[in-house]
Amino acid sequence: MATTSPTETTETTELPILERPVPHIIAHAARRDPSGWTSYFTTTDHKKIGILYLYTVLVFFVLGGIEALLMRLQLGTPENSFLTPEIYNQLFTMHGTTMIFLVIVPVWAGFANYLLPLMIGARDVAFPRLNAWSYWMFLFGGLALYASFFFSPPEAGWFSYVPLSTKEYTPSNGQEAWIYMVHLTGLSSIIGAINFIATIHNMRAPGMGWGRMPLFVWTILIYAYLIMLALTSLTATVTMLLLDRNFGTNFFDPNEGGSALLWQHLFWFFGHPEVYILVLPAFGVFSEVLPVFARKPIFGYKAIAAATAGIAFLGVLVWAHHMFSTPMSTVVLAFFMLSSFLIAVPTGVKIFNWIATLWRGTVEYRVALIYCVGGIFTFLMGGITGIFLAVFPIDWQLTDTYFVVAHFHYTAFGASAFAMVAALYFWFPKMSGRMLNEALGKVSFAFFFVGFHVTFLIQHSAGLDGMPRRIYEYSPESGWQLYNLISTVGAFLIALGVLLTVVNLVRSLKKGTVAGPDPWKANTLEWFTPSPPPENNFDVVPRVRSVEPMKDIRRQVEQQTGVVQQYESGKPLLRR
Amino acid sequence: MPKPSVPRMPKPSVPRMLGLPVARGLAAAVVGLALAPAAAHAGWLFPEKGGSPNADRIWTLYLLIFILATIVFVGVGGALLWAMVKFRARRGQVAAQIHGNTRLEIGWTVGAFLILVFITVFTFVTLPGIKNPPASDIDENGNPVAASANPLYASTDQPPPPAGTPSLNLRVDGQQYVWRYQYPEQDDTRVFSYVDMVVPVGITVTLDITADDVAHSWWIPKLGGKMDALPGYTNKTWFKIPLDAIAEGERQVVYDGQCAELCGRNHANMVARVIGMRLPDYEAWVQDKAAEIEQAQEQAAQTREQLLGGDE
Repeated sequence: MATTSPTETTETTELPILERPVPHIIAHAARRDPSGWTSYFTTTDHKKIGILYLYTVLVFFVLGGIEALLMRLQLGTPENSFLTPEIYNQLFTMHGTTMIFLVIVPVWAGFANYLLPLMIGARDVAFPRLNAWSYWMFLFGGLALYASFFFSPPEAGWFSYVPLSTKEYTPSNGQEAWIYMVHLTGLSSIIGAINFIATIHNMRAPGMGWGRMPLFVWTILIYAYLIMLALTSLTATVTMLLLDRNFGTNFFDPNEGGSALLWQHLFWFFGHPEVYILVLPAFGVFSEVLPVFARKPIFGYKAIAAATAGIAFLGVLVWAHHMFSTPMSTVVLAFFMLSSFLIAVPTGVKIFNWIATLWRGTVEYRVALIYCVGGIFTFLMGGITGIFLAVFPIDWQLTDTYFVVAHFHYTAFGASAFAMVAALYFWFPKMSGRMLNEALGKVSFAFFFVGFHVTFLIQHSAGLDGMPRRIYEYSPESGWQLYNLISTVGAFLIALGVLLTVVNLVRSLKKGTVAGPDPWKANTLEWFTPSPPPENNFDVVPRVRSVEPMKDIRRQVEQQTGVVQQYESGKPLLRR
Repeated sequence: MPKPSVPRMPKPSVPRMLGLPVARGLAAAVVGLALAPAAAHAGWLFPEKGGSPNADRIWTLYLLIFILATIVFVGVGGALLWAMVKFRARRGQVAAQIHGNTRLEIGWTVGAFLILVFITVFTFVTLPGIKNPPASDIDENGNPVAASANPLYASTDQPPPPAGTPSLNLRVDGQQYVWRYQYPEQDDTRVFSYVDMVVPVGITVTLDITADDVAHSWWIPKLGGKMDALPGYTNKTWFKIPLDAIAEGERQVVYDGQCAELCGRNHANMVARVIGMRLPDYEAWVQDKAAEIEQAQEQAAQTREQLLGGDE
């Protein structure tokens, strides 16, 4: 490789790295970008739709969080009369449904919408108008569910097990609201998934083969395929429930030849792939953020991409481990135990690869990185408690107790919610053109992380001590008071952490430091565009020669101009 | 992948990369092992046991996985935190540009797999003792019998207890929001009870679990795992309360539990109790219960006759 001798640039090399000449394309839009709030109603721009998704998700996240806080208040003391059993059941139904269908699935749709075309060097998604339709379907699905608060919210749990969710035992229309929500958000996700798949398969930048695609894009691709499989099945399943409830069919009525167990199989056939729909994009975020702040390439790119596909494949073969205590023969139990064990292998591989990515790097304690490491640490523990639950005789003791509640919050919250906030801190500069405050971010992380572990670590003990899930009260003699009190205190610490991040967000939109196109000296193509990017993203799409195209571009600029572009360890990115 | 053009760093030596965390993990695991039995009964770290052999065996299986899990957690979690502290950015440091290490990656994949193979083997070794009902500890007259060998492993549903020793089969019926227990018939009287299940100690009790309306789940933590009660299906489990579970001078031993599957608004109040009695006490209880039910039924029949006769 040719080396260029240093030219008369000694002056500029003294500058902090972000103030030196930067490689980026200045886009010259042909017409002025539509602006103002009305443009959000008519837009088909993937970035605006992404932002719509993210704001909507934030609102639902806060609502779901408030529902959780109300439940924790009720459980803080034994025999509490703060909530009636009816309201308590409505709250946990709404909390679960909100967090799954209206927060974690769409939050990745939001980030993917914004980032995917930018990361692969495309000017939009394959079907921009379908994309807008997906968003509006999602919004109205959420509104359909929340409108039920004005008459009778659903109360049969987010899993809506039959026969409890049939008309005989849950006559209220809230159950129909739940079904319509699943229909609307399900269709939204399926259409969105088709769009992502078409975009990724067809619209990658020149030179970006499958082996040079960013890992976040890999996880979104697999996420989209899982959605096609799982949500189509769920949409059909809830339609069967709708027919049973209102039109006289008997799919699930044991007295008329139907089966109550059928619902559980169909639901979890969706429900377990769903877990990976929630968590794989979080893995993608970890795989993008860690190499940037460790200043090292991702360790074992191919293994991580392969593990993603492996997890997805095994993920559709493990659903009945949610049903170990139902009437099933030992052969079936053993099959689902072994398939659940197997899934630990690719998951473990990913964790090892992330640690190896940090190993011998120069790790910068940026908020995005800290959230990622906190998320990996938390998820590690959730994965390990998953091994306990996969052993079906142990599961017979632990299923439907607070041990399970703790377990899936360690995985869904530990990976997905931590990654969600990490992604926010990492990509906010790209989306808004301004930086989030790092100091405030670190304080928010402290509350978020400590609060999380105070809330959920102790719930393992509550479950081991015999406390079942979904009970609105417990007696003082049960001995569960201390566990619950600790858990309630922790929940409010998490709430404080979320509040601080929201304050940071609102404040930084107006007052944050101006970010420039590439504030982190990151690796992927979205950092090639101005922040925020213009409507057409790229005037020129660069040729991609590795997994880290921005590194290549910086190196090329260095060689051509002699101005150092690469990050140097321990030196500030910006002049203080 | 294209070769990076930055100067190649020396390859990391695997032992150096992993040596310290592994040593730390092992040290912590040893401490964990030492603490485990002490904390065993605390309820903070371990499931409940003590009322039945299957619960005890689940506890043993849990202990094994707890030890392995502690080692893995401390090792991997420790390596993660160690990497954060040891390799934080300092002035003048250069990150090693490593893209991967095939041998290391194959190594940890196989390692993870082997741990799971070990857990699988151990689970299947323990399983028959959890799943299959054993022989009772006493015969029909309450005399202790010699312990018999464990029954062979059955690959399908729960087999009946070994023939030749007494056992008790009860039908457990979940209803919103109460548990109903159906006993074997006593001289043509159908004996049943609600909430409190009275059983003899030392006798293997097998349960046929069903539900009348919505799904419920039968669970007495000290007597073993939970089994869902699903309308249209019969689920099975068993327990055998040890003979010495009743303390000296006491008449009975009580185990508490409650419904573990969401069954409606009063799910939290659907409690169950299993009361273990010595065989003679139990037999007396069944007789009393049968008499009580017979009397109640006669009374009901009389009332019905009076009401109907008065009308016509």
